[in-house]
Amino acid sequence: MQASISRVKVHLSRWLAGSLLGLLAAGTVFAGNWLPLAKDGVHDPRSPAAKQLQEPKEALSRLTPDTTGNQVRWVLSLEKGEINPREKLLPETKVRKLDQDILLNLKGGMPIVRFPHKQHTEWLDCSNCHDQLFEQKTGATKISMFNILQGEQCGVCHGAVAFPLTECYRCHSVVRPGQTTNLPTHMNPQFHKPGGVGP
Amino acid sequence: MRKLLTGLRGGLFVGLVLALAAVLFVDIQDAQAEYGDVVINNHSDAATMRPVIFPHWFHRVRFACKVCHADLGFKFKAGGNDINMVKIIDGQFCGACHNGEVAWSVENCNLCHSAKPGTPTQVHESTIQKLAQPSGASQKK
Repeated sequence: MQASISRVKVHLSRWLAGSLLGLLAAGTVFAGNWLPLAKDGVHDPRSPAAKQLQEPKEALSRLTPDTTGNQVRWVLSLEKGEINPREKLLPETKVRKLDQDILLNLKGGMPIVRFPHKQHTEWLDCSNCHDQLFEQKTGATKISMFNILQGEQCGVCHGAVAFPLTECYRCHSVVRPGQTTNLPTHMNPQFHKPGGVGP
Repeated sequence: MRKLLTGLRGGLFVGLVLALAAVLFVDIQDAQAEYGDVVINNHSDAATMRPVIFPHWFHRVRFACKVCHADLGFKFKAGGNDINMVKIIDGQFCGACHNGEVAWSVENCNLCHSAKPGTPTQVHESTIQKLAQPSGASQKK
């Protein structure tokens, strides 16, 4: 009886060890979501920079994680104080911020877009968007996904440095009356509503 | 010994099946630089220097976008700023910080000029590059 129990134990432990080995083997393939500079396909591995510059993993693994882009929730990271980027270089620069939400795409089929000035002006100055990319008057600029997907309007940043254009529901975040909220959890629009709790 | 191997093999199989499931459900990408890394190759190749890589992720940990894109006048366009070393040494563009005071100075050529030779000007990993690279445009690889 005891012998058979111990045999089962041995068997199980081998099994577990094997599973772990298998996962480990696979893990090495996916290990490190941030590639080392020398292996990112753009840096020249023979360049001295590949050895001297800070590795993305070192800086970014400490910040609030995301599933896309740099795998960092930059806005949350800033709000939480994980990073504290300087806002001006020149002493005479006036740092301007605005806390005002704009609702866009009021008549479309997707959930309504809520554009929060607050999070944007933490990073950007008014002049970065107004009036070249967008008129200051709400509705005065015709905004379309056609332009955005070509890297214009919101697409100047979103799809290049801010969260990418594949994250539809982070902008289209205000559900219309009667619309279902059956969305993937990481795209949950509740996250963006005032007082919403993030993942 | 043979029993050990059989046991291990069974487990190994399960582990690999789990891994395969992960492969199928996780989007795995080939070797790539960070999202938002800008490669600038306006003059570099012609001057037999490696093209410049500007890592947005590194800079935005330390500076808000507005510092460079409002105060220093960087346009939101990869390669669209007509930057050259004379301007940088004069304190314009990168030279506003890369002057040995805020950040390392211009004699560290290789720290910026660090891309594989021949890499075209681009915003690396951009949605447009991934989804809508126009035919005829220079490819990233």
